Amino acid sequence: MAAPGSDPPLVRLDGISKHFGEGATRVDALRDVSLEVFPRQVVALLGPSGSGKTTLLNIIGCILDPSAGAMELDGELVLHEGQWQRRDLRRLRLEKIGFIFQFHNLLPFLDATDNVAIVLQLAGADRGTARRRAGDLLDDLEIGHRKHAMPAKLSGGEAQRVAIARALANSPRIILADEPTAALDSKRAGIVMDLLRNLAVERDAAIIAVTHDEKIFDRFDRIFHLRDGQLADT
Amino acid sequence: MNLAYRDIRHKLGRFLLTCVGLGLLLGVVLAMIGIYRGLVVDALTIARAPAVDLWVVEANTRGPFAEASRIPGDLREAVARIAGVTAAGSITYQTVEAEHQGGKLRLYVIGYEPTRPGGPPEIAEGRDIARSHYEMAADRSSGLTLGERIRLGRRTFTVVGLTRNQVNSGGDPAVYIPLADAQKLQFELAPPAARVQLARGTGSASLNTVNAVVARLHPNASPDATAATIRRWKHLAAITQDEQELILSRSLVDRARRQIGLFTSLLLVVSAVIIALIIYTMTMEKLKQIATLKLIGAPDRTIIGMIVQQAMALGLIGFAIGATLIIGIKDYFPRRVVLEPDNVAVLGVIVFVVCLLSSGLGVRAALRVDPATALGG
Repeated sequence: MAAPGSDPPLVRLDGISKHFGEGATRVDALRDVSLEVFPRQVVALLGPSGSGKTTLLNIIGCILDPSAGAMELDGELVLHEGQWQRRDLRRLRLEKIGFIFQFHNLLPFLDATDNVAIVLQLAGADRGTARRRAGDLLDDLEIGHRKHAMPAKLSGGEAQRVAIARALANSPRIILADEPTAALDSKRAGIVMDLLRNLAVERDAAIIAVTHDEKIFDRFDRIFHLRDGQLADT
Repeated sequence: MNLAYRDIRHKLGRFLLTCVGLGLLLGVVLAMIGIYRGLVVDALTIARAPAVDLWVVEANTRGPFAEASRIPGDLREAVARIAGVTAAGSITYQTVEAEHQGGKLRLYVIGYEPTRPGGPPEIAEGRDIARSHYEMAADRSSGLTLGERIRLGRRTFTVVGLTRNQVNSGGDPAVYIPLADAQKLQFELAPPAARVQLARGTGSASLNTVNAVVARLHPNASPDATAATIRRWKHLAAITQDEQELILSRSLVDRARRQIGLFTSLLLVVSAVIIALIIYTMTMEKLKQIATLKLIGAPDRTIIGMIVQQAMALGLIGFAIGATLIIGIKDYFPRRVVLEPDNVAVLGVIVFVVCLLSSGLGVRAALRVDPATALGG
């Protein structure tokens, strides 16, 4: 587990709010949420449906505009008083954030290696280098023997490992996971969470996961509870 | 890596099947364009066959194709003596149904004077008519073969030569026979009818009647001036070759031409809508993948490139299939299908533009996809 205070936070949210609509139809999805996540931490966002956890994940992932607040990612102030400080949020995501999805979301027309290599190529690597590094990543995640398999031929656990490799391809220090174990049985869910924990330690990264999966609660360093758009307790 | 190619390769069978479907549709469009062009070419073929500059016909008519025309056969000698005329020939046209191989065969019979203007432009097989009676040069599309004998009216003709692509505006194959035989075929009464005419005291009409006299002019002679000279004879009308072609293309086949033209335009619109729907559907099926691509940092140009390249590939392969199909089977159509390279090229450009515009719909949908939709179930 990371020691808060010894390193600057990788993710720092300060007074993040988000509302949809105005007047009578206004819905406050998030209200004044502040939190910090440090390197080597694996944290969970927990809460009932509609509590705002996916909204929060989308804002941290720079895919949803907040209404107010500030955010720092990996030491860079990316949001100030509700305004993005960078124009190219796509590039920001590519450089700083890796995503892991509930249903792995691998591109069905690329094999396992290319599903990882594409992220490297988007960042500017040539095809040969990208495939080589993708192969190494898959080997590290002990899925190298399936590197030429198409996603449809992979089991759920294998596909999720490939998805994790893709999330790690550009060596981001922030990894956002949306129900990463929801499609897995408890044994595989445990393996994936152990894998994420090891990666967080090895890569000095922070992992933020939205989950309802009670069987993996004990694998998190911290759990943030959200209720009606507010951080209820930690 | 080329995402468009990889996606196509992943679902190759389905993509090719879509291309084949589109190819069939574009093949129909090409066939209609070919039929449209064929109709015009067919209409002009017979008028162009004698390679003449002037048509002399009955006064106040636009004969001999658009309207009936009858003039005395010996007028040819008078026309031949006009200044600027190098050669003239009398000519008759009529449609005949003959018995052939147990069925009816519609033939467009052209009577002409061998050695004078009015005969077939070329003999593809066999020889031209050499005897003064009962020989025939027939178009291959009639199904007649060299040496075959066929009865027209009360006389039997032997096929001595075969022509190519000589059909009238209705698609009936042309046969060329000596003028005297054609005049008897058209104007000679059957014996009982001739007897009735004799009994009525009207006598038999002169057989030396033709439908038109055609004339070739000296290169320095003006067709319009020569036509004006002939029109001074009040019982005749003169039509230049250009005017004759205009009459045929604008008047004789105008309704059919417009009908096919309109139908072709409708087919093009239907094809455009179908192409747009196919490309839009292909994009909509990939929205989750597009959202994922956006989320992991793919720029818009990568996504636009994938959609546009797939649309282009679909159009190109579909067009190639359609063009190959129609070029391969066009000669088996009952009527001529004329596909000039410029027709094919124009449709190719239209398909290209349609694909580009249609991919715009898909691109619009793709660019509107929220990357957040990649998250969640």
